[in-house]
Amino acid sequence: MSGKPKVAFFEFTSCEGCQLTVVDTLQNHPDLLNVIDIVEFREASSDKAQDGYDIAFIEGSCTRPGDEAKIKEIRETASIVVALGACAHLGGVNAIRNRMPLQDVREYVYQEKADWFDTYEPRPIEAVVEVDAFIPGCPIDREEFVKAVKHLLQGRMPKLADYPMCIECKLAGNVCVYKRGKTCLGPVTRAGCDAICPAYGYGCEGCRGLVPGQNVNLESMKDVLRENGMSDEDIDAKLSIFLTYQLMELEGKAPNVTLEN
Amino acid sequence: MSRLKINVHHLTRVEGHGNIVVDVQDGNLKQCELQIVETPRFFEAMLRDKPYGDASHIVSRICGICAVGHATASLRATENALGVELSEQTVLLRKLMMHGEIMDSHILHAYMLVAPDFLGVGSVIPLAKSAPDVVLRALRMKKVAGDLCAMIAGRHTHPIAMTVGGFTHFPREDELLALRERLVAMRADNQATLDLFASLELPDFVRDTEYIALSGTGEYTFIDGVIASTDGVTKPIADYRTVTNEIVVPHSSAKHTAHLRESYMVGALARFNVNYDVLHPKAREAADALGLTPKVINPFLNTVAQVVEIVHCTEDAIDIIDYLVDKGVFWEEPAEPTRDYGTGSGGVEVPRGVLFHEYTIEAGKIVGANCVIPTGQNLGNIDRDMRKLVPEILDQPKEDITHSLEMLVRAYDPCISCSTHILNVEFVNE
Repeated sequence: MSGKPKVAFFEFTSCEGCQLTVVDTLQNHPDLLNVIDIVEFREASSDKAQDGYDIAFIEGSCTRPGDEAKIKEIRETASIVVALGACAHLGGVNAIRNRMPLQDVREYVYQEKADWFDTYEPRPIEAVVEVDAFIPGCPIDREEFVKAVKHLLQGRMPKLADYPMCIECKLAGNVCVYKRGKTCLGPVTRAGCDAICPAYGYGCEGCRGLVPGQNVNLESMKDVLRENGMSDEDIDAKLSIFLTYQLMELEGKAPNVTLEN
Repeated sequence: MSRLKINVHHLTRVEGHGNIVVDVQDGNLKQCELQIVETPRFFEAMLRDKPYGDASHIVSRICGICAVGHATASLRATENALGVELSEQTVLLRKLMMHGEIMDSHILHAYMLVAPDFLGVGSVIPLAKSAPDVVLRALRMKKVAGDLCAMIAGRHTHPIAMTVGGFTHFPREDELLALRERLVAMRADNQATLDLFASLELPDFVRDTEYIALSGTGEYTFIDGVIASTDGVTKPIADYRTVTNEIVVPHSSAKHTAHLRESYMVGALARFNVNYDVLHPKAREAADALGLTPKVINPFLNTVAQVVEIVHCTEDAIDIIDYLVDKGVFWEEPAEPTRDYGTGSGGVEVPRGVLFHEYTIEAGKIVGANCVIPTGQNLGNIDRDMRKLVPEILDQPKEDITHSLEMLVRAYDPCISCSTHILNVEFVNE
C-alpha cells in the first residue's frame, strides 16, 4: 500500500478495553497518528469511513448470528483483518458460558424473556471469517500493539512469541509465584506480556492463549496445579476464564466453527 | 401531516452500542427513546460456581473504562459476604485506584467524547493537527491517571494486584513521591481544563429529577457509605433493590430503574448535588468559579461536574499519598475471610454513577450474582430528558435536533456495554 494506510476499528461483544488501550498508546507514541489514517473508530470519532479501509482491527467476540454479516462486510472491505485482544482472538471471558447449555444460560439471566435477545455461543472472529493476524491479551499490551502496527506498515505480519510466559518471568528476575504459595498458568501460556501478572503478585490466567504448537502439556499443568492444592473443580474454573474456547477446540467441541483450523 | 423521524444507529463517542429513535407526528411525540442494542453479556452466568477469588478478575472485564470500579464493587460484595475486615492501608490504596479511574474516565469523556461537539470536529483526531496542545494535554492528564493505577495494581484495565482482603503488590515510596509530583504538575492542566469548559456554550436545558449517589462517609464518597437521594432519603447499600426497582423495557437490553419519581440520575452531577459540602476546598473553588451550586438540574452540566471531580480527585490523591508516605506503605497479606459462605453487597461510585454488586457464596463458590449498573439507572432519565427536549427545539432543522439529542446522551457519559446484563440470578443445583 502506498501512502498512509487507512485504518478502522470495530467492536462486537467486548468491554472496549483494548480500543481504550490503543487510545492510551498515543500517550507514549503520539506519532502513530502521523503514520496511519484512522478513518473509523466509533468510540472516539463520529467520522465514518467514506472510501473503505486497508486495515481493520476488530475487538470483541461474535456472540449472535446477527453480527456475522457485519464481520463479513469488514472482511470484504479490508485487505488486512486483525483480531484485537482476547475476545476477538479466543472468545475471551464471553466464552465461559459455552460449557453451559445455551438455553439454560438465557433463562438464568433473562428468565421468561430468554427468547427476546438474539444470542448464540460466543466465538472468536476467526470462527466467522479468515483473520490475517491477532494481537492477544486481555487487554492487549501497548508495546505489542505498536510493534504489530510497525510490522504491518512494513508490509509484514506481526510476529508473536511462541514460547511460554515462564521465560519472561525468569528474564525479569521475578520470584516464581509458586514459591509464594500461589498458582499460575504461565507454563502453558503464550509469552509477550512481560509476565505482568506475576510481576504484580498474581498468577497468570492464560489470557493470551495457550503456547502454540503441539507441545503444550495441559495434563502436566493440571498435575502441578493439583500438587499445589487446587481441586479439580477449581482447576476447571481457572482454565475456563480465558481458555474455554481453545480447550473446547482441542476437545473437538468448539461451537459451530465455520472455517477449518 | 408533518413527520420528523430520527434514527441514530450506534451513537458515536459513547462507550457501547445505543440507537436514538425519535418519531414526531404533527407535533406529537410518538416515540423518543435510547435503545440499548448492545449484546447481552451474561456475566452473572460467567460467575457461576467460580471460586470467590476469581470473581473480581472476571467482572473487571465487564468494562474497559470502569474496570477498577467493577473489581472494587465485586471485592466489597465478597468481603461483606465473607466477613472480611480491611486494613486502613487497603482502604487508602483502593481510594487511590478509584481516583485514578475517575480522572482517567472523566478526562477521556470531557476531551475526547464531548469536547469535539463544541469545537466543531467529529473527533479528537483532527484536533491533533488544529489544536495539538489540547490533545497533548488530554493525553498527558490521562497518562498521570493511568499511571496512578498502574503503580498500585499493575494497570488500570484490568487491575491485577487487587484481591479479596487487600493487594498482592505495593507501591514503593519513590514511586509514590514521583506520582505525587506529577499530580501537582497536573494542577496547571486542570486549570486549563476548567478554563476550556467555562468557555463552552452548553445548552440551557433543565429538567428537575431525583439525584442519587453514595454518601455518609464524611468525605466525597466513592466506596461504601449509604445510598443518598436529593429527595431526602438515605438507605443502606444492602437495600439497593428498594432504590433501583429494575424493570425490563422492550426497547432496551438493559433494564430501567425508578425510585421516588419516574426516573433518577446518577453520576458526577448527582454526586455533586448530594456531596457538595464535602468536596475538596480546591474543587469547591473550581465549582464556584464555574457558577455551579446545588441543585444543578441541567444534564449537560454533568460533564462540567466531571471536571470539578477531576480537581477533587487530584487534590485528594495528593493528600492520600502524603499520608501514606508519612506512615509508610508496608507489605501485608490480604485480610482473611471469617467464613466461606454468605450474601453481601458492594456499592461503588464509578465515573458514571453508583454501581452495585451482590453475591451469594456457598462453600467458597459464587452461587448467585447480581449487578446494577449506573448507566442502566440513567436510561429512564435520558429518555425523559429527550422527551422534554425535542418539543423545545422542534422548530430547528433535523440535523440540529439530531445533534442536540446526541449531545444530550453523550453528556450522561453512558457506558453501554456495562449496562446490558441484568437480572438477579440464583443458580439452583440440580
